[in-house]
Amino acid sequence: MARNRVAIVGAGMTKFVRRAQETSKELAWEAASKALESCELTLKDVDAVVIGSAPEAFDGVHMKVEYLSDGCGGWGKPVIRGFVGGGTGVFSAIQGWYHVASGLFDTVLVVAEEKMSACQPHPQGAFITIFDNITERALGPNLLWIFALEMNAYMTRYGLSKRDIALVSVKNKRNAVDHPAAQLGDPNITVEDVLNSEVLAWPVQRLDVSPVTDGAVAVVMAAEHVARRVTNKPVWVEGVGWNLDTAYWTNRDLSYPTYVEEAARMAYKMAGITEPRQQIHIAEPYDPFDYKELHHLEGLLLFDKGKAAEATALGITQRDGDLPVCPSGGLLGVGNPISAAALMKVAELFWQLRGEAGARQVPGQPKRGVAQAWGDLMQVGTVIVLGV
Amino acid sequence: MLREVAIVGAGWSGFRSITPDLSYKEMMYEAAVRAYEDAGIDPRRDVDSFVTVAEDFIEGTSIFDEYTPDQLGGALRPNHTITGNGIHGLAAAVMQILTGQFDVVVVEAHSKASNVLTLPHILAYAMDPVYNRPLAFHPYAIAGMEMRRYLAETMTPLEACARVVVKNRANALFNPLATYGADLSVEAVLGSDMVAEPITRLQCADHADGAVVLVVADGATARALTDRPIWIRGIGWANDTHTLESRPWGEAAYAHLAAQMAYRTAGIKSPRAEIDFAEIDDTFAYKELQHLEALGFCRPGEAGLWTLEGGTEINGEFPVNPSGGSLGMGHLLDGSGLARVLEVVFQLRGEAGRHQVEDAEVGMAFAWRGVPTTSGAAVILSN
Repeated sequence: MARNRVAIVGAGMTKFVRRAQETSKELAWEAASKALESCELTLKDVDAVVIGSAPEAFDGVHMKVEYLSDGCGGWGKPVIRGFVGGGTGVFSAIQGWYHVASGLFDTVLVVAEEKMSACQPHPQGAFITIFDNITERALGPNLLWIFALEMNAYMTRYGLSKRDIALVSVKNKRNAVDHPAAQLGDPNITVEDVLNSEVLAWPVQRLDVSPVTDGAVAVVMAAEHVARRVTNKPVWVEGVGWNLDTAYWTNRDLSYPTYVEEAARMAYKMAGITEPRQQIHIAEPYDPFDYKELHHLEGLLLFDKGKAAEATALGITQRDGDLPVCPSGGLLGVGNPISAAALMKVAELFWQLRGEAGARQVPGQPKRGVAQAWGDLMQVGTVIVLGV
Repeated sequence: MLREVAIVGAGWSGFRSITPDLSYKEMMYEAAVRAYEDAGIDPRRDVDSFVTVAEDFIEGTSIFDEYTPDQLGGALRPNHTITGNGIHGLAAAVMQILTGQFDVVVVEAHSKASNVLTLPHILAYAMDPVYNRPLAFHPYAIAGMEMRRYLAETMTPLEACARVVVKNRANALFNPLATYGADLSVEAVLGSDMVAEPITRLQCADHADGAVVLVVADGATARALTDRPIWIRGIGWANDTHTLESRPWGEAAYAHLAAQMAYRTAGIKSPRAEIDFAEIDDTFAYKELQHLEALGFCRPGEAGLWTLEGGTEINGEFPVNPSGGSLGMGHLLDGSGLARVLEVVFQLRGEAGRHQVEDAEVGMAFAWRGVPTTSGAAVILSN
């Protein structure tokens, strides 16, 4: 255990939408304000601000931490922004944890914001700049291509069909119907809809993929003595882990995310978790593509390699199943404003573990959950374990 | 602070005005190998976490953290990137160690400024996209306006700013790592081309390429690794507002706030009495004076006269930028913060050679992220 216990005491988010009228700074402000209101704190109570945001090329703002800082409540305060690509959202909560656990700060506001719609005509134009500028960028790669390679590797290794994987998309988009901030909830979606959707880069089809989204999420993290004063339902950070593999993704076995396993092992060790399948009651793995949820459930050691699809088919990962997975609706349903999407998963665990998730509430009073994000060149895993 | 934290290894690559022979990866590798050798550690075995410092637009690559682990020996380990100056990265490492979950953390920052052909255009993208960017002015104009306000509010003479340049570039002549050592006169500085009135060409730090890697460890590990750890006594960072319309133009509030946090964590009550020398941001010459005042080493309006009297020379009462600062060593973009820390480490180890400050026991490094930001970070080190 960390020497200082750290709790999440408040959370707030904007609606996730295709194109927000608000500027990035206004989105960040809205989420930050809601998070503070949720625990009846004000900016005066905040000692430091952590900002999460992934590629700056989306909204074309250089040194985006500086631009966002006053919108996030950072005026006159220590402000820091860290990133690990798509893993940033969960990582910003990990940064909030180490700010408080260091003993330097009692109360930290963590804000993750992404405004992808500003990138015209499509954010893929920004994504091309994540590729190696000598060996890959000249080929004009599209992000979907490399995920198509990974999805294919995963399906081939374990003999999975498109139908097995489409179940994830159906589950999450249906779950999202109950999320008031969701962009793509659909109560009537079927496996056939997914299988009949437009092919983008085989085997990736339109409804296998999360949408382009604008949005922001914020959480308030506090040291134990503050948390107990602010709320009678603190949600404790029990473990954190993160892991970044080599940039040379072409040399990696794409069928299994070893870096997610390493991050999970780090977090479980810190949380004292020895049997994750028994000790974790709810999971919010990163699901920008439907196959990624399965991939990540295996990386998080919650299912054997290649077995997560079978569990999904059996309904184990439904909201009322043995291990509810993405009860929020995930990125596939709620939307995918990169860094904000993953902090949304942390906020979802906060609401679920406090029994405040409303229509999304999983039954059985879950005591411990794990949230995970992934990103870069199929390269990074970030994991946080929360408990009450 | 909850645990003792020390710098146990330092490495660098550069600093040079251009490095056509090296990629940023090679510079990072060179700096890392030096730092690991200095600390006597194996990165694959002994390092718990890696922190790098970079900005996407400067690197020309989005989510640049992708390309950081390999050359540091950090693949398949905890790594993350900070978009701040180098001292923000150091702060991230210090916090990780203070949690008790990490014992050895590596921090890296670099500059490949010579690859950046259009820095003013990139800086323009740091302006508020709605209110300021459409005005399409050169970002250095912000520094010009700020300098004028500072000089007016504090009655600081223009010659004092020029003396900062003369001093720092002369100091750089004695620093083998420095790129821009020169023997200049006040007249030459003030008479050089006008960049953003009243800032002349020689009052702006030119850029340099380079990388710095530091190995940071908790007290027990530090003592086991080395008999000369450089202790991190305190650290602080802060932002003022990014909005041009609502910031105080004469004073560096961000520097004041960052220093107050650093002093509080270090238990320092009287900085001028308790600190022996400082390496502080001098991206523009007036910034050294403005920062000296904001950091509390003298009162507003005194830094210029103090400089003219020679109080901040290497052999003065309070040496400032004995390395030559960014004006003398070259500005390493966001790597500048770690370049300042590197010099403080050399000084406290007594390894600064011909620019060694006598009896250096406690030193401060302070970095600012440059226009148009109000972001500063400070660290206090001792031997």
